[in-house]
Amino acid sequence: MTLPMLSGDLQVITVGAGLLGEAVDAQAVPRVGVDWRPPLPGTEAAIARVLADPRRAAANETAVDRLLSARPHLVTVRPAHEVLDLAPGAFLHAGPPIGWKRASGPLRGALIGAMLYEGAAGDAREAERMLAAGDVRLSPCHHHRTVGPMAGVVSRSMWMLEVHDAEHGGTAYCSLNEGLGKVLRYGAYGPEVLKRLQWMGDVLGPVLRAALAVSGPLDLRALMAQALQMGDELHNRNRAATSLLLRELAPAIVDAAPERAAEVLRFIHGNDHFFLNAGMAACKVSADAARNVPGSSMVVAMARNGTDFGIQVSGLGDRWFTGPAGVPDGLYLGAYGPADANPDIGDSTITETGGVGGFAMAASPAIVRFVGGDVAEATAATRSMYEITLAEHPAYQIPGLGFRGTPVGIDVTLVARTGLLPVVNTGIAGRVAGTGQVGAGLVNPPVEAFTTALAALAEEAPENTA
Amino acid sequence: MSADLVRVRSGVYHDSVSLMGVSRALAALPGVEAAVVAMATELNLGLARDLGFDLPPADPSGLLIAVRAGDAGTLDAAEAELERQFAALANRRTGGEAAVSPPRTTRAALAGVEGAAVALVSVPGEHAFAEALDAVEAGVSVMVFSDNVSIEQEIRLKDRAAAVGALVMGPDCGTAAVGGVGLGFANVLRPGEVGLVAASGTGAQQVATLLDHAGAGVSHILGVGGRDLSAEVRGRSTVRALRALDADPATSLIVLISKPPAPEAADLVLDTVRGLATPVVPALLGPDGHDLTSAAEAVLNALEMPIPDWPSWIARESGEMTAHGPGWAGGALHGLYAGGTLCAEAEALAGEGTFTDFGADAYTRGRPHPMIDGTLRLDALAAVPAGDVVLLDVVLGHGADPDPSASLAPAVAQAVRRGIAVVAVVVGTEGDPQGLTRQIHALAGAGASVFISNAHAVRHAVSLTGSAK
Repeated sequence: MTLPMLSGDLQVITVGAGLLGEAVDAQAVPRVGVDWRPPLPGTEAAIARVLADPRRAAANETAVDRLLSARPHLVTVRPAHEVLDLAPGAFLHAGPPIGWKRASGPLRGALIGAMLYEGAAGDAREAERMLAAGDVRLSPCHHHRTVGPMAGVVSRSMWMLEVHDAEHGGTAYCSLNEGLGKVLRYGAYGPEVLKRLQWMGDVLGPVLRAALAVSGPLDLRALMAQALQMGDELHNRNRAATSLLLRELAPAIVDAAPERAAEVLRFIHGNDHFFLNAGMAACKVSADAARNVPGSSMVVAMARNGTDFGIQVSGLGDRWFTGPAGVPDGLYLGAYGPADANPDIGDSTITETGGVGGFAMAASPAIVRFVGGDVAEATAATRSMYEITLAEHPAYQIPGLGFRGTPVGIDVTLVARTGLLPVVNTGIAGRVAGTGQVGAGLVNPPVEAFTTALAALAEEAPENTA
Repeated sequence: MSADLVRVRSGVYHDSVSLMGVSRALAALPGVEAAVVAMATELNLGLARDLGFDLPPADPSGLLIAVRAGDAGTLDAAEAELERQFAALANRRTGGEAAVSPPRTTRAALAGVEGAAVALVSVPGEHAFAEALDAVEAGVSVMVFSDNVSIEQEIRLKDRAAAVGALVMGPDCGTAAVGGVGLGFANVLRPGEVGLVAASGTGAQQVATLLDHAGAGVSHILGVGGRDLSAEVRGRSTVRALRALDADPATSLIVLISKPPAPEAADLVLDTVRGLATPVVPALLGPDGHDLTSAAEAVLNALEMPIPDWPSWIARESGEMTAHGPGWAGGALHGLYAGGTLCAEAEALAGEGTFTDFGADAYTRGRPHPMIDGTLRLDALAAVPAGDVVLLDVVLGHGADPDPSASLAPAVAQAVRRGIAVVAVVVGTEGDPQGLTRQIHALAGAGASVFISNAHAVRHAVSLTGSAK
């Protein structure tokens, strides 16, 4: 056998004692020094055990390959009751499982609004009573191949974007985006909210379905790749993607529903985040393709319900690993301030799970002040995510980093080793039900979601490993 | 009586995030009750109206400014702050390339490396597996300097390395030399044709420095870790290192330095040796085999090179006599060592005395290795009773104390004045940063007898003890 290191100009990677690194420098040999720090407290045994799992390397390769090779297409828009296992009186919500008792203001508000929208209750008080009595079945979106932004409440009559993975055959759903301000997903349920939902069900959904029947499936992967090169990061900035979507759909909308086209196009034009939900479904269907690979330590979902932040891991099935949702550190609309902010909420962290959003901050100089200042920090945020991810996305690229692929495929072991938590940028919901959006900013996921997942991976690792 | 400032500016655009920052800065001013600085979208106009501002007509391309303060003076101050904020936005730098942070894991460090590479891991033992595995999974050979790595982890690392064609040197591997690059505690050796496979760090250093003195150069030193030839590890790295040196065109003679392998490993290693095209000098240390010096001599024989007289500087018997000392030593032998293998060799060869390996775990927990910081050993030297004999080692090279004699020579001088005989072995080469001759002269000048062969130093020390008389 030959050892590559014995021939050629040697480069040395040093990790640990600085003195030994200096000794290499003293010999004028090229060296890369690792800025090593101890892992998250108490995780070293679990890290070693999970790393020693003989299945891990191949499992992670399989999982991340599936995530990267997914080809999400927007195929149609359909009412939830046609496609989701959603009985009357059942509602989906964002994040890990939660009941009414622990639900935060915006989730409560959105559930009340959805009940009113479905006619399940006559007024907010009655809805609240029924919810508090447990007469309503609640289930996470993620358990139904679905994601929902913010409160993420989905009810039978809502129209859903249907995204199909042309590579692996999976399907995922996301509701239609209502716009900003007082909207159901931020927990508002006033008359204007319900009226808009009604219009979306009566007009927007059917028109989009008809338009997609005309245009045929829309390649979301290609569209997202373009949007990243146009300044979106696809979580908090979707302006380019929305514009591209509008461009793709406009002729078909006019063809399919000439008498409704203007109002539909105007609605989409008026909402810079219209694309977000399609992007979320694209990330969801891609991440779902990577689920259930035994031994894989790759995160396949990050989601918040306004109380808990939870993650799911490919090698750990449908189990959730949670910690308390943090309050985002951000900037506030109008006179709102941190006291008005609800803890972190929504399934939109599926974007970071899929390698965009906060992970692609460097692509989006227009909104970099979410990370507290300047382009340099946004670049640093994206760069730091390469430390905790398994791959670089072949299609989602960042022009400012020399078209380097976005960091993708969060590895629980790398989070524990580096202590670097996924960078998440997000909207901030008002704490009080019915308030709506109060700001936007950055939030840190709770460490324990990752450490408990790591511990579970360690337990699952075969015996007799180191 | 509070006062409102309401304006709509046209032809100005700032993104919402910048403007939220301005709003926040204004709201933070003492006396300001509310501040909305935002593009005049329907949403933002609604927010301002909700706060009770009376707004003029505006379209979304306008910039809305709505500030309420407790009094007119505060409002003026707020307006001034507003202008400062806008000026700052206008002058804002476009932002440059972020300084690239160093990698946080070995995996990340290797992502940017192509070509011949080796990783040197010296994090605390419980964390070493992860870093070493990063290297192995990238197909890169790794030297694990760290100790306290479990034997299960060692075996796993070595098996993974075998699968990808890499070599694990260690754990607890103190020295290696790869193509002239010294790793860990490493002497500067003349380049040559002898490749060393070593289960012992200081053992390899002793042999290599003696070869250097004799004019024989070294191609590589591949450490394998002290447990590699145990029944559990079964020579996993030794076999790979032997084969790698066999395939290496720069190596024409291989030296295997180890304690005798466990029976479970011995056959495998001997079979491997027999299958190599390159001759191997097995230097198996111990009572039935070699000491390090005779191992070096065996190598020189194999190279058909003359064996030099290993130099020594013997302290004159009477020259360093002290006024109050009992005369030349004659007491008990104390081995105060920094190098583990050197210590073991000395203890075995001496057959008497008390030996302390200051590089052992008990002495290095929470403090630097004695090759880096000799404080503990100096304390021990100061505690040796008058009339006794002290035997110690000084290991030179990269990574080691940049000038060990600076602290050791005065301590030696003091010991000699107390009537203690000091015998030192200096393991190093002229090329080492500390300078072999300079260190030898400093110690000899302090009254020590100095050797470059540990075995010779031991025999001299024993000759000075009472038992020899």
